[in-house]
Amino acid sequence: MSFDPQQIQDILIIIVAAATPLLLAAIGEVVAERAGVLNLGLEGMMIVGASTGFAFAYMTDSTIVGVIAGILGGVLMSAVFAFLTIGLATNQVAAGLALTIFGRGLANLIGEGFVGLKRSGAPHLYIPGLTDLPLVGRLIFGEDFFVYFAILLTGAVGYWLMRTRAGLTLRAVGENHTSGHSLGVPVRGIRLLAVLFGGACAGLAGCYLSLSYTPFWSPDMTAGRGWIALALVVFASWKPWRALAGAILFGGVAVLALAFQGLGVPIPAQLLNSLPYLTTIIVLVVLSLRDSRGALAPASLGQAFIPDR
Amino acid sequence: MRTLFTAAAVAALSLAAAGGAEAAGKVKACWVYTGPVGDFGYSYQHDQGRLAAAKALGDKVDATTFLENIPDSDSERAIEQLARSGCNIVFTTSFGFMDPTLKVAKKFPKVMFEHATGYKRNPNMSTYAAKFYEGRYVMGQIAGKMTKTNTIGYIVSFPIPEVISGINAFERGMQTTNPNAKIKIVWVNTWFDPGKEADAAKALLAQGADILTQHTDSAAPLQEAEKAGKLGFGQSSDMMKFAPKAQLTANTDNWGPYYTQRIQALIDGKWKSEDTWDGIGKNMVVMAPFANMPDDVKAAAVKTTADIASGALQPFACPVLDQDGKDRCKPGAKTLEDGDVLGMNWYVKGVDDKIPQ
Repeated sequence: MSFDPQQIQDILIIIVAAATPLLLAAIGEVVAERAGVLNLGLEGMMIVGASTGFAFAYMTDSTIVGVIAGILGGVLMSAVFAFLTIGLATNQVAAGLALTIFGRGLANLIGEGFVGLKRSGAPHLYIPGLTDLPLVGRLIFGEDFFVYFAILLTGAVGYWLMRTRAGLTLRAVGENHTSGHSLGVPVRGIRLLAVLFGGACAGLAGCYLSLSYTPFWSPDMTAGRGWIALALVVFASWKPWRALAGAILFGGVAVLALAFQGLGVPIPAQLLNSLPYLTTIIVLVVLSLRDSRGALAPASLGQAFIPDR
Repeated sequence: MRTLFTAAAVAALSLAAAGGAEAAGKVKACWVYTGPVGDFGYSYQHDQGRLAAAKALGDKVDATTFLENIPDSDSERAIEQLARSGCNIVFTTSFGFMDPTLKVAKKFPKVMFEHATGYKRNPNMSTYAAKFYEGRYVMGQIAGKMTKTNTIGYIVSFPIPEVISGINAFERGMQTTNPNAKIKIVWVNTWFDPGKEADAAKALLAQGADILTQHTDSAAPLQEAEKAGKLGFGQSSDMMKFAPKAQLTANTDNWGPYYTQRIQALIDGKWKSEDTWDGIGKNMVVMAPFANMPDDVKAAAVKTTADIASGALQPFACPVLDQDGKDRCKPGAKTLEDGDVLGMNWYVKGVDDKIPQ
């Protein structure tokens, strides 16, 4: 079998594209969960982001307008979730599942008139000379802006969360909301902002699917990526940079499962396709063995906060 | 009080009876789809069939009920819900719905069931399927002539007979025009995940495929072919608008006439359990307009389609050699038997892949 080294770059580009929506959604969820809110509605927020993003991009013929609309769609969905879980202190798991079901229906409604329409994908970076470099040019200098933004976002969130006072406050709220409250920290305000940020990221991840990855709208086009992003957050043990590594691993295994088949690597397709899930389980086991106290998750994660007056 | 209650019950009963009498004149037909109606592929075509039947039968039928996006694991509940809610005939449109449909059919002997692409029947359960493989033979011939790299990317969902027979028919068609061409097969283990289908398409293009075909339901692979300046085939529905420069043709499903005929049979009281398996000849499989190819390729494709329709050409005409070179035909037979095609779990000679077990 002849093997063209150029293929390595092609495969890496596909992996980056597959990892980007997972990373965007996971980064938002890391922030929300670090503040103590478990939002299982990622899939619902993503799919609404995908449909509003495509609808507005199609109507205005502008990718940027689509992206803004998709982000707003995700934010509005997360606002509903925030109202229920932070405002009314309802069960976060139930509200998150409901958000997913609601999001799926809403997205279908919004996208109803846009099924079967197409537009060209988001533009890719092109720097004469650099992008044309063999083997690495298109990988490093030829992605679309979603990819670069996702990496910048990871860096910014990682720095903000771990190195700034505001980030520390957010993490404190997620670890122990009662202590935070007694110190005068606005627990519910911080959680609201964290959830809205999560919604914005999920909306952006959704737009990436409908505006760049496969530039059309189709119901259920997220196909479970919201759930994989949720697993990714646990996999990353709530650390942004690990989420980046995890997204590339998850995306990488999924894409290699496809590429190996085409190359005729004699490994059963089912095994390859189950690798992302196997790696998640293995990494979870390794992580929890290493940290035997089991204190990986924010301590107040999933608990409703009702301030006493 | 009790008399009042009884009176109310009687009234309700007679109302129900009246409803039943009315329903006898107006048949309620219901559908269960595996994917979203908006997949613009397989489920979309079934829904087009539903709309065609509704139009053809007018106010003789209530064809407004359908459930979309039903996973196999949840299909029994969905089918039973339809049977309970007054549907007279239920069309279940995915292979994976076979056992659940049979189970519900046995529970509701007065409701008629029609299961697509399966093989289990009951006095109140018919099966129907289209000979998709006929269209794939035509596509294989076109691909053999149009490929420059002699590599065709083939994206597939699950190793069920319908998919395997499609691959085999494609391979046999391709061999008639280009014995050097090879298909590269990638299993994605899903009927519908545009992102994953696109990833598979990109990987195949990177590995030298210049024509893509798929047995999954979204337009994503074809769109990738268009983006890369390569060629491809639409699946289930005409996907020309997604890839005006790439689509050579599409293997489209045309269920409208069948649905109309079966519902009409139920209205006339002539419905009985049957097995229907039609293809290009009866217009259950329709080739989308041939495009993006030179005139001689087009002419050959038109002729092949007409020959399959008339029965002059059989995609599985004997001998049919498997990967080991063994002839799978019965001695003296002209073609493979229908049962062999409907249960196909082996590749023909020339396919360079192993069926996942």
